[in-house]
Amino acid sequence: MGDAIARRRFLGYVLAAPTLVAAAELGRTRAAAAVQRPPAPAQLPSPEITEIVDLNDMMTVAAAPTANLISVEVHADGSVSFALPRAEVGQGVTTSTAMLIAEELGVPIERVRVTLADARPELVFNQLTGGSNTTFSTYTPVRVAAAVARTRLLDAAAADFSVPAARITLDGGTVSTPGRNGVDIGKLAAKASSARVENVAVELRERESFTVIGTPRSRIDALEAVTGQKKFALDLHIPNALPTMVCRPPTVNGEVGSVANAAEVRAMPGITDVAQISTGVAVRGETFGQCIDAVSALRVSWRPGTAEGKSDDDVREELRAAELPLVPKPPLTDTVDETFTFYFRSNSALEPNCAIADVRADRAEIWSSLKSPIVAKQTIAARLGLPQRAVTVHVTEGGGSFGRKLFFDGALEAAEASQRFGKPVRLMWHRADDSRQGRTHPMATSRVRISYKGDTVLRYDQRHTSVSTDLGHGLGEIITATAARLPVGDIGFAETFFQLSQTMSYDFGFNSRLLSETDKGFNTGSMRNVYSPDVTCARELMVDELATRMDRDPYELRRAFLRDDRSRKALEKVAEAGDWGRPMPHGLAQGIAFHAEYKAVSACLVELDCRRETVERPIRNAVAGPRVTKVVFAVDVGLAVNPRGLEAQMMSCINDGIALALTSSLHLRDGHFLEASWDNYFYTRQWNTPPEVRIIVLPDSSDEPGGAGELGVAASVSAVACAYRRATGTLPTSFPINHATLSFEPKPTVPPVPQSPTDGRDHAW
Amino acid sequence: MPDHTFRVNGEQVTVDVADDVRLLWVLRDILGITGPKYGCGINVCKACTSHLNGEAFNPCAVPVGDLGPDDEITTIEGLPATVGRDLHPMQRAWLDHDVAQCGYCQPGQIMAAVALVRRVQSEGRAVTDADLDSLRNICRCGTYPRIRAAISAAATDG
Ligand code: FES
Ligand code: FES
Repeated sequence: MGDAIARRRFLGYVLAAPTLVAAAELGRTRAAAAVQRPPAPAQLPSPEITEIVDLNDMMTVAAAPTANLISVEVHADGSVSFALPRAEVGQGVTTSTAMLIAEELGVPIERVRVTLADARPELVFNQLTGGSNTTFSTYTPVRVAAAVARTRLLDAAAADFSVPAARITLDGGTVSTPGRNGVDIGKLAAKASSARVENVAVELRERESFTVIGTPRSRIDALEAVTGQKKFALDLHIPNALPTMVCRPPTVNGEVGSVANAAEVRAMPGITDVAQISTGVAVRGETFGQCIDAVSALRVSWRPGTAEGKSDDDVREELRAAELPLVPKPPLTDTVDETFTFYFRSNSALEPNCAIADVRADRAEIWSSLKSPIVAKQTIAARLGLPQRAVTVHVTEGGGSFGRKLFFDGALEAAEASQRFGKPVRLMWHRADDSRQGRTHPMATSRVRISYKGDTVLRYDQRHTSVSTDLGHGLGEIITATAARLPVGDIGFAETFFQLSQTMSYDFGFNSRLLSETDKGFNTGSMRNVYSPDVTCARELMVDELATRMDRDPYELRRAFLRDDRSRKALEKVAEAGDWGRPMPHGLAQGIAFHAEYKAVSACLVELDCRRETVERPIRNAVAGPRVTKVVFAVDVGLAVNPRGLEAQMMSCINDGIALALTSSLHLRDGHFLEASWDNYFYTRQWNTPPEVRIIVLPDSSDEPGGAGELGVAASVSAVACAYRRATGTLPTSFPINHATLSFEPKPTVPPVPQSPTDGRDHAW
Repeated sequence: MPDHTFRVNGEQVTVDVADDVRLLWVLRDILGITGPKYGCGINVCKACTSHLNGEAFNPCAVPVGDLGPDDEITTIEGLPATVGRDLHPMQRAWLDHDVAQCGYCQPGQIMAAVALVRRVQSEGRAVTDADLDSLRNICRCGTYPRIRAAISAAATDG
């Protein structure tokens, strides 16, 4: 009991300000203590590694030595504001953060305004949105700051009412004591403020008394979103920041040789500027339409890029050569052994890469949706030749990320173009650019071998081989700076990331998982759920294969080998709710899969229709393919701050998983990607999405929230793949399953962007 | 440069721009109406979906020169006024189902949903799975299931 209270006691601050500003340090969670324990035996890869420390712990620990303050402000009008040092890209962190503040402070959530903080270099590692780490790392600090505010307000009221603070309550934004009219917190905000920085000890609310945390809430920005008022970077009105686009090379990262007609293009209607920048030729004009015309009119000779002449098969060959060997097969055992191929995928969001930049001789201002704004600021300052403090980086609301916004390709280009032109720019990538030159999930192979004898599994080995994943957005620095303190020995940061993010959930005896990377010639990044969709998909298919060989039911086998009750509960839940094993017509099948990561567990059951009439149903300019008709998904993130938001994230992950398994990939041909449109890159559409989806948020199993934003992708892609194997009787070994068939007519690469159609009126409906 | 006169969200506007500039850019870059979003510029993603004389259309594929003084454009910003309320029932349904994630696609989704329900109701029938499957609007955040639920609810209530 005493322990329980001690765990809720924290130290915060009140800052010197005319109104109440309550603060707490980021990076102080109990997980930090776990890492300081003596490391486990340093056998690598150790199956238990993610139980000692995982990526979340590392990102949280990284912040501790340099932690800085986040602050909750109470204003005279009774509103509360907070600048979140993270990016909101659809995952709902502004809403869950507002919930934490509302809970701890005792105000209605409508009064809490959460904005996104500008880049704050003093936060060093603590302004990176990634690894599904936001709620995990901010859960306690945000509540501590809000609790400080509450404590100060109660103390101020006590002085005012001349009654002890213990007799005063703060609820619904009103401070009251028996026998007196309540007072709004806005009236006390100045009184509760401080002339100097002071320490304030607080006790967080007991879990049992929560009325906001753990209840389903709608997004705080929902009204703005449905009325078109939500502002993304391209919607901001920055004076004279005219539309700007870049004419890009026909091959990945090709370079400008020479431009034949710059003057002619500069004279085109609406065009104000044309100049070469490091990634191509930038044009600026009155409208984006005129920029598209200008880009199309430019005659540029291009030099080769970084993947010149390469096609899918060449990369497949590179991967084969780079694969790490497996130990010899144990004698007198049976094995299942297979290699799976995962083609390049695009993490393009619906909002393309974009940014506004206003670069002057002595300063620069940038607006963009950025998940690593500090690294962006440092890199942009270096590129512009300005001191870091002269560059202001505003983080705008993002139209999706999926890993894309860990990078700042658009912001860096905008800064460069603005400097070249000496004018503000509103720079946007065309969809074709975003698809062809934007970041990708690297092509990879994953070889899995499971050795067994009778009913016993003796060992599990996986060799994941991938085109290099670019982690150069700050995560690399975190890993480098903390790796020495982690029990993983001396390995590179991609391997560290891999080891920390992969969990072996089954009791399969000795197990090893190794990553090797090759070829840095592609624009890659950590696409949502990073290595896990591929690694887990390969594993889960082989678990199904093993079940067949052992003549056991895939669900029953998983259940028997899962390592803990928490995992088993998730799996059992989907089996029960999804009626596992129900008879299905020929050509239809269920698939079931499990995945654990980010201190969370998840299980997915799907039903897939692979009948010919379904697969070949006619849809214009689309891939129909097998249809997922139903999904049942169970998730346990430890503590679900906002179950409605968590459901939304799982729904999103399910649709990603379906795309990865069935339809979405980039085709590399002769040094460039063929896809240039959403009708080429087949992300899940309404005709692919399951008509029936049931997401089950399991009862909380912990006092702390795990990560959720990426969690559901791996189990979803795996369940669909397993269902495909069961429905068709063939083990799919390359993904997405339709990759071998090119289902569209590729657009030209010169000019790099397609012209807009003119027949829109004919298609009104 | 030629002048073009048409109506947007109940008001007459005149813009001075070349004939072939697509309406999406006229709305966003010249008139500052940023509800319709860019997602492809080639009438594929449907993020820019708005209404032209009450029908769904994609302004990225319509040259401004194709519009006349009687043409009425409705963007997401003008949708509530078409029913004389603070919010259109479809927007309410969107809030009830907490549909939006990043929100970037949602103005286009809602404008397409309104047109779909209007069409289905004019045919005197209920919204089917096949109707919902026919919507081409991309949502890269994968909000499709909640979109389906919201449309079905709005069609039943409305
Ligand atoms: S921008 Fe108009 S349909 Fe994509
Ligand atoms: S809500 Fe993000 S694209 Fe649809």
